[in-house]
Amino acid sequence: MRELSLHIMDIIENSISADATLIELFIEENTLKNTFTIKIKDNGKGIDEEMLKNITDPFVTSRTTRRVGLGLSLFESTCLRCNGSLKVYSKVNVGTEVVATMEHENIDRPPLGKIEETVVTVLLNPSIDLVYEHIYNDKKFVLDSREIKRILGSDEINTPEVLLWIKDFIKENLKEISGGAF
Amino acid sequence: MKTIQELEEIRKRTLDKVNQRKDRTTTRIVVGMATCGIAAGARPVLLAIMEEVEKLGLTDVVVAQTGCIGLCKMEPIVEVIKPGEEKVTYVKMDAEKARRIVREHVKDGNVVEEYTMHVIQGKILNDYKVEKE
Ligand SMILES: Nc1ncnc2c1ncn2[C@@H]1O[C@H](COP(=O)(O)OP(=O)(O)O)[C@@H](O)[C@H]1O
Ligand code: FES
Ligand SMILES: [Mg+2]
Repeated sequence: MRELSLHIMDIIENSISADATLIELFIEENTLKNTFTIKIKDNGKGIDEEMLKNITDPFVTSRTTRRVGLGLSLFESTCLRCNGSLKVYSKVNVGTEVVATMEHENIDRPPLGKIEETVVTVLLNPSIDLVYEHIYNDKKFVLDSREIKRILGSDEINTPEVLLWIKDFIKENLKEISGGAF
Repeated sequence: MKTIQELEEIRKRTLDKVNQRKDRTTTRIVVGMATCGIAAGARPVLLAIMEEVEKLGLTDVVVAQTGCIGLCKMEPIVEVIKPGEEKVTYVKMDAEKARRIVREHVKDGNVVEEYTMHVIQGKILNDYKVEKE
């Protein structure tokens, strides 16, 4: 994938397919320690132990339309290329956490890209809540869809008007915390 | 800089819209967002659809995303479901084509034939020209 935010989209899509109702996306960039960490945690149906063993093997998939699963193995190869790793923790009926690490300054690291578009795409599902926390060195931005729903007085935040506003809101805030690096 | 309080104004403005959307005339526009869709550019397609719906002020439309539609080679895929009409599946979408679908099909009611999926004798032909040969 050309952007890390597209990998994130894909990993969150797994959470949605696993019937998650709450997804937590945590991104931490530390340019001094040269680390880029992405954590995606959900409360979906989880992955059983047997499957978890080989979860980043492209031939492990529960889908029936094609025999190869792609998302996790693709993301893992990106992490490995950037001297990092991809770990998947999961418990049946509790949830799943995917932790990806990379070197921040690695030449092979894709840019984060349009993470705000990934977030609003997830928010198109009115029954799913998302907490997005982004740390850039010592600055932090947090967006919680539950707070937005509370302010709007409705769970139906999946209108283009609201989502396009959220998109710009995220973009501006990321610019702010990163000192214009995005 | 935008503050979260601006949502309060949006709330006041959109209360009626949300109520309108509940009636039966709602059209659904669904974009497939599996790995192949995402890799092929489904996200910009989805954003283009949202922008066009907003630009044209269409209130009787719900934009949604779904996982795998099962047609990897045809991604990005957009489905338009109008009440009382058969579902129309558009394949190999990009942002520009998607905007056209919102204008011509969703708003004006004319299916954009050249982008639809063509199934001939059980085989999917993704190329419109092939069908004419
Ligand atoms: N968050 C999750 N919750 C439950 N199951 C998951 C999750 N993520 C991945 N899986 C399981 O792992 C499999 C492989 O995922 P992935 O590599 O993304 O390929 P694909 O989604 O194409 O099958 C999925 O089919 C699914 O069974
Ligand atoms: S796996 Fe390709 S469209 Fe679903
Ligand atoms: Mg997947």
